[in-house]
Amino acid sequence: MDNNYKPNPENLVEVNDLKMYFPIKTGLLSTTPLKAVDGVSFAIKPGETLGLVGESGCGKTTVGRALIRLYKPTDGDVFFDGKRVDDRSIGALRKDMQMVFQDPYSSLNPRMTVEDIIGEPLDVHKLYSSRADRREKILHLMELVGLNAEHATRYAHEFSGGQRQRIGIARALATNPRFIVCDEAVSALDVSIQAQVINMFEDLQQKLGVAYLFIAHDLLVVHHISKRIAVMYLGKMVETADADELNENPMHPYTTSLLSAVPYPDPIVAKSSKRIILEGDVPSPLRMPSGCPFRTRCKYATEQCAAEMPKLTDRGNGHMVACWNK
Amino acid sequence: MAEEKNILSVVDLHTSFTTDKGEVKAVNGVSFNLSEGKILGIVGESGSGKSVSAYSIMQILEKNGSIKSGQILYKGEDITKWPESRMRDFRGKCCSIIFQDPMTSLNPVFTIGFQLKEAIRLHTNRKGKEAEKRAIEMLELVGVNEPEKRIHQYPFEFSGGMRQRVMIAMALACEPDILIADEPTTALDVTIQAQILELMQDLQKKLGMAIIMVTHDLGVIAQMADEIIVMYGGRVCERGTAEDIFYRPCHEYTKGLLRSIPNVDTMGKRLEPISGTPINLLNMPKGCAFCPRCDEAMKICLEQQPPETRTPDGHLSACWKAIQAEIEAGLIKPEDITESGT
Repeated sequence: MDNNYKPNPENLVEVNDLKMYFPIKTGLLSTTPLKAVDGVSFAIKPGETLGLVGESGCGKTTVGRALIRLYKPTDGDVFFDGKRVDDRSIGALRKDMQMVFQDPYSSLNPRMTVEDIIGEPLDVHKLYSSRADRREKILHLMELVGLNAEHATRYAHEFSGGQRQRIGIARALATNPRFIVCDEAVSALDVSIQAQVINMFEDLQQKLGVAYLFIAHDLLVVHHISKRIAVMYLGKMVETADADELNENPMHPYTTSLLSAVPYPDPIVAKSSKRIILEGDVPSPLRMPSGCPFRTRCKYATEQCAAEMPKLTDRGNGHMVACWNK
Repeated sequence: MAEEKNILSVVDLHTSFTTDKGEVKAVNGVSFNLSEGKILGIVGESGSGKSVSAYSIMQILEKNGSIKSGQILYKGEDITKWPESRMRDFRGKCCSIIFQDPMTSLNPVFTIGFQLKEAIRLHTNRKGKEAEKRAIEMLELVGVNEPEKRIHQYPFEFSGGMRQRVMIAMALACEPDILIADEPTTALDVTIQAQILELMQDLQKKLGMAIIMVTHDLGVIAQMADEIIVMYGGRVCERGTAEDIFYRPCHEYTKGLLRSIPNVDTMGKRLEPISGTPINLLNMPKGCAFCPRCDEAMKICLEQQPPETRTPDGHLSACWKAIQAEIEAGLIKPEDITESGT
């Protein structure tokens, strides 16, 4: 933690050198830290969407959870609206920072009605003056996400996946937050329903001015919804840039191969495009390679890559890359 | 069309499941042909009946499910009439399947080698040392490094991508004519998915088997398939070559599906989703299954199932809207349309 770190007042969310280690038992008495997130920094402006992409195990979900302090970060600074997020301030700040989860089946309590699910954050933060006011607020939220008022007394299992995700979003919106972490919020949905929910996220942003951290593995979806995109690999951020810039001009070898691996829904493009197929698998985060974590799969790797992790450096127009060779 | 031999024909297949709430008609009259050495893609959303069609071919349905009617012809013989003992030979030797989740399709308490050798022993004459040799060969073929060492390892020692390679090795060990791949890469990361798809294409060229690729991912299907079937509500909406489906879709559902995926053209614009919610298979509409969600629905769509008709470029689609457009253009006559299609 850096007590002297001063956040930029323009940013709604600012993260500096966030680290999240989990102790893993490796023997009877010994533990090894699993470095799920290892020194990640980024910032989100009010009403902006930052997309966070990476493969499973790269730490993107952990970043989202550590950000709103569902996990207590090992080290690093998180600021929200200029205020440091720590154990003392989080209680008051959580009203402004909400989360939408991936699985609309397990993130809703099956014993609660829709009204109670959406009303729970209102109860916790005491955001209504009377029962009638509570009900009115809930119905307004349901309308906002496109649910019928008559659904209020039903249970979660009576809804389809897309509708459940709407309930989860209404719950996140209940406290009128300024920032929502969307952790794979559309990944479990069918394409036709996914498009409905993506549109709704965009509409809500325009209407309410919320900022999103949009965590997903689907690059086409992330490119569509985000203004900026950050790419993670094994707990480290390897590249961040504006969405279009990243798509047209990826610099880090990992980003390049990630983008080329996306199966594009167009037979001629898909069959003719040159894929850069990465060899091998992601190394285990318990046996992280020295220096740059990507070097074991990178064709440009040199001795320098093994010795030292490159820093994110600006290559113009806020396009940040962490690579020695590019 | 050049001489293309059908290795598998599915004719008017109906499969349903008996549940407490009634009969769930998962597949309602699906027909298709699989040519030798081709990749057929079946694409659809959850509940469209794509996986159930595949499981019906292998006859590995859940206990409450059964094939109600229709034929599945393998080299001209109807396999729905075969006894279980003959089906056991069919599975593995003639037709193999790989599943979505490589984590749960391998047995965690046996070594990879044991499981591979089991498949080889059951379906071929190879025994003992010979079976082991074949198992090592197969692992090498699918790109597993140091196969001699790895056949003694257990599934938990393999990563997701490696497990899917083992599943493919197992499926191909007995040289089947048909490989059914049910969402083979859905559980994998994109870079691993690219590896597996490339491997499947390579093996297909090398071994020449036909593949039925079942997936919901239009990107995967665009890259892999020669022919595509689009399914909705247990029925085929549209079928044709990959180019037909992606560049000249005629069915309103196919069009809607293609519009709802983000791509370069939609960046910065709103997506155009299909409205409404997926179909309830317990309560199928009388007419077109897609009708309740279709913006272009007409009266006839509610009342009568659309027959599959030829589109101007020669592929098939089952949509009243497309049929109407063709009648108006004078391409087909109304009296040509029968229940079975033109």
